[in-house]
Formats: sequence, structure tokens, C-alpha cells
Amino acid sequence: MAQRMSRRSGSPWRGCGIVFTKEFSDHLRSPRMLVLEWLILLTGIGAVFISIQGLRTTTAQDPFLFLRLFTDARESMPSFLAVLGFLIPLMAIGLGFDSINGEFNRRTMSRVLAQPIYRDALLLGKFAGGLATLAVGLVTLWLLIIGLGLLRLGVPPSGEEVARGFVFLCVAVAYGGVWLSVAMLCSVVCRSPATAALSALGAWLLLSLLWPLMARFLAEIIYPPTDVAILLGIQSPQQIGLQQMLARLSPSTLFGEAVIGMLQPATRTFGVVFSSQVQGAVAGAPLSFGQSLLLVWPQFTGLIAGAIILFAVSYMAFQRKEVRA
Amino acid sequence: MRGESATKVKSGEVLIEAHGLRKRYGATIAVEGIDLTVHRGEIFGLLGPNGAGKTTTILMLLGLTEADEGRISVCGADPMRDPLTVKERVAYLPDMVGFYDNLSACANLRYTGRLAGIAARELDARIDSALSRVHLDTVADHKVGTYSRGMRQRLGVAEILMKGAQAAILDEPTNGLDPQATFELLDMIRTLRDDGMAIMLSSHILDRVQAICDRVALFSRGRIAIEGSVRELAAQVLGGGYTLQVDSDPQSSTGNGALAALLGSVDGVSSVQAEGPGRLRVLALRDVRDAVARAMVNAGAPILRLASVEPSLDEIYRRYFEEINGTAHVTA
Repeated sequence: MAQRMSRRSGSPWRGCGIVFTKEFSDHLRSPRMLVLEWLILLTGIGAVFISIQGLRTTTAQDPFLFLRLFTDARESMPSFLAVLGFLIPLMAIGLGFDSINGEFNRRTMSRVLAQPIYRDALLLGKFAGGLATLAVGLVTLWLLIIGLGLLRLGVPPSGEEVARGFVFLCVAVAYGGVWLSVAMLCSVVCRSPATAALSALGAWLLLSLLWPLMARFLAEIIYPPTDVAILLGIQSPQQIGLQQMLARLSPSTLFGEAVIGMLQPATRTFGVVFSSQVQGAVAGAPLSFGQSLLLVWPQFTGLIAGAIILFAVSYMAFQRKEVRA
Repeated sequence: MRGESATKVKSGEVLIEAHGLRKRYGATIAVEGIDLTVHRGEIFGLLGPNGAGKTTTILMLLGLTEADEGRISVCGADPMRDPLTVKERVAYLPDMVGFYDNLSACANLRYTGRLAGIAARELDARIDSALSRVHLDTVADHKVGTYSRGMRQRLGVAEILMKGAQAAILDEPTNGLDPQATFELLDMIRTLRDDGMAIMLSSHILDRVQAICDRVALFSRGRIAIEGSVRELAAQVLGGGYTLQVDSDPQSSTGNGALAALLGSVDGVSSVQAEGPGRLRVLALRDVRDAVARAMVNAGAPILRLASVEPSLDEIYRRYFEEINGTAHVTA
């Protein structure tokens, strides 16, 4: 079978652009997308608006005032970042959970696959269509926030702030890509869209809320705290290292670290800081853009790699799927 | 007992050809050695109970599922090695075809048309002419969600027309349609054949299929049990190619039994069954109406009616499966 597959002729990407165009326009016109857009828009703008209120009263000497739009939290309202970390997965899952099984249930799958295209094109076109929709939504939101900041703060963002904001946008899209891959994998594996949506949302809750706690417990089990550590009330470096490594298996941890590293320029490292690292550092001094980028690069590539791996898994699952119901 | 189909093969070139197809899903054998050929300008019917392997065969012909064994050539290409070429040349109407309900008929066809690689400047004209041929041109801009089952099925035929394919494979095209819609759909399928397409369809509504199929293949447990024109199958399964219905006056001096014996002795008659008072069913190898009439007149039996009955596929089908189930009982 493998031999036959390798001998197949014709381009696997044929029709990919057409599928992409259709998915993209379908998403943009769908009522589901409208609901998700408004949800993100309202909560996002609400969070930013409240942080602007705070920023106007404290007007500090912060050279990165604009970036604090994204990161500032007030008592009753979480920061824009927290809102986004929560809503991007929701939107991505909303876009992807019925992409494949929906075609089966509408009985359009065999008709579409009877056209001269390979399955590769269908899956990739759908993924790209969802990601483009997500990106359009996020770019719109990003521009709106910058506009709102300009109007309400009256300070234009510096070039570096725009660059950092742009990297943040890319990270957000990559983060959305991971969850879109998860949703599409569920839509390939599960016959019913409801099951797929539930599994994807379950994975999201597990990875975002429970996994950080579980990482802590697991690390504690594998490296039990030594007597000295208990006496001092601290965790051993091994334990922290393992905890951090485990926690980073969750895309939300990667996203959180990457955006904090970008949007709070004073961030030098995540997790334990050793005295050797602080030596000679000016406390609270921001890193340059390039250094910040270097800091978050592993997280950023990790997100992209996660999206690609999950997509590859759903690709394999989809290739093995029988066309008949 | 494979039927000899050579007698009524059309002169058109072979467009769909399969030899020794085999496919298993895990432990269950779906298709076990199928050979078939479909020529240009003929309608070939696949008949058989559910699970006999009809849909699996169709999917293998289209390259939508891989055959474990066997050789296939569809419109000159191998669907396993060159699925795109096959799918360019063959149109497929799946069982209970679905469309995107939120899009109009036009938009649905435009999507598949573009996927099929039809040039943009040609596409709209092709869609318009296809939709008007299936009488959907007045509702072309309505969303497909508002369409009835029959309209969807017709839209499926429009897709075949738009694609301009050399061959079309239709899986249960009349499934779930009312009699009027069935009639219209079959009529459209017949025009496709008259355009010179090779058509392969599977169905379980036998009398309708009979009306349009040039040849049929009876599927049973993953094999083609018998194949040929309806008349050939009748000759094989029912033991006679021609069936006559004879009505005589039940009050007449020649009783049912005597009349049956009389007709049974006519040359060419293979069997006679009583169907009711004064009514007999005569199975014969050839058209024996004349001989039967003469025999009855000579014997002085009144002829109230003498009609040739087209062999019914329904009957062939039922009898065939009764037979193989019967032998299965004996061997068990």
C-alpha cells in the first residue's frame, strides 16, 4: 500500500487554494464566527478600556506605556492577555471542531473527494482557512486596541512597541493554530461534531487549568523535597526545572511565557533566577527587542511545532479514514 | 453460474473495467473477486442486498478506497496510481448525496466545478446549462437547504452534467425519492446515456432499474452472482426467457389441470403454473404465443386473454436469493 501511495501522480496541493477560499468565506459569513468575534471584541475591548482607566490615573514614566494596555489587570477585570489566552482557544475550537466530520455528516465528503483533488489539499485548505479567519480576527482586534490606545492615552506607540506588539500578534496566531489543530484532530477522529467539540474543550481545560497544577504534583513526586528544602520552605532546583518543563507541554504555558517576555520588556528569564544571571544586571531595566525575541523564541517555535505535529497526526488519521459512512 | 453478457454488449469502447477486485475490512470480506466491464453508451446496474459489496466496488473504481487486489481501468487510467485523472473523467453521485445547505445551488456547483479544474470562464455557462437541463434553473439561486430530496438528487445529476464526464457512477440514485421524482431522475439518467456516457448505477428499487438498465449484475456476498440483460437473467434464474399469462374461462369443459397439461406439451414451453381459477402462467424459452393460441383453439378452450409478461427483475432477484438460501440450508 505504501508503495502505491508513493507512486501516485499529480500534485497533492491541487485544489488547496479553492478549498481555502471556500472555507475562509464560509467562516467569515458564518453566524458562529460572528458570535465568537463579538465575544472576543467585547471582552477584549472591555479589558483594555479598564486598563486604560488605570493607566491614565497613574501615568508613569514607563517607556513602554503602550504595551501595558495588553498586560495591565485591574481588580475586577483580568488583563487583556488573560482574556485572550482564554478566548483564542475557544475561537479556534469553534472554527475547527466540525471541519471534517461536518463534511461526513452533510454527506458532502464523498462528493468533494470525487473531484480530482487529494485529501491533503482538503485538510490543508481547511486548516489554512481556519487559521486565516483567526488571524483576521486577531489583527482586527489588535488594530482596534492600538487605535483605542491612541485615542484614550494620547501617546503614540514607539517603533519598538509596535514591533513587540507585532511579535505578540504572531505568537497569538501560532497559539490559535495549535488549538485549531487540536480541534481538527478531534473532528477527524470523532464522528459527531458534539463529541469533537467536547473533546477539544476538555483538552483545553485540562491543558490550561489542570496541567500547571499536575506539573507541580508530578515534579514533587519525581523529585521529593529534601529536608533542607522543607526547612527553608523552598523547592529544589531540579523540582522547579522539571515542573517548568512539564508545564511547558501545555500550549497555554508557552503562550503565557512568550507574550509576557515580549510585552514586559523587563522580563529576563522564566522560572528560577540564579544569582549568576542577575550579576551585573540593572534591576527592572528592559531588554532590547532582539534579546526579548531571543528569550521567547523557544516558546514561539514550540507553539508552531506543536501546531505542525498535531496537524500531521490529524493528516495521518484522515488518510486512513474510509470515505463511506 | 456467471451469465454470458456477450450477446447484448454494445459496440462502444470499454470505459470501466475491473478484474479480480478484492477488498476486506479487517476480518470481513467486502468484495471477493469481481470482474466487470461497462461500455460507452450503456447503463450498467449493480443490484444486490445491502452489504453485498456494491458501494465498496464503486469506491474502488473511483480510487476513493484502495483495492487489496485486482486490476482496474477507468477511462484509461488506474484509480490506484492515477486517481486524479480518473476523478477528472468520471462523475460520481454518492448515496444520499449532500450539498452545503447554506450555499445556493449555483455556489455548490461552482465549488465542485472549480475543484474539478473547469476553467473559470467556462464554468458559469456550464453550470447554467446543467441546471436548466435538470429543471433547476428557476431555483438556482436558492439555498440548497430549501431543496427537497428529489431536487438535491437532480442537482447531483447537474453536477455530473457540468463536469462533462465520460462516465458516471451513481450509488442508489433513487433512494428516498417519491415515484414522480424517481421517474424524472431515471429519465435524466437515460439522457446521460444517450449523450454517450457510460453509466453505472446501483439500486434496490428493482422495477425502476429494470426500465433503464441495459445490463445488470446481481451482487451476492461480495461476488457478482449473475450478469447480463434482464432477459438473459430471467432465462437463467427463472428457467425461461419469456413469460405468458393465459386467462381461460374457468367454467369451460377443459379444467385448469387439463389446460396446464395441454400447454406444457407445447414445444418451447418449460413450465406451466396455475395462478388462480382459469389463469395460468407459462414460462417458455422463446416467444410461444402463437403456438399456445393454436393449441388452445384446437383443444376448444376459450382464450380470454393471452399476454406476454416482461420478466420482472423483482422476481428474478427474489427467486435467485431464495435459491441460494435454499441450497445454503441443504448444505448446512
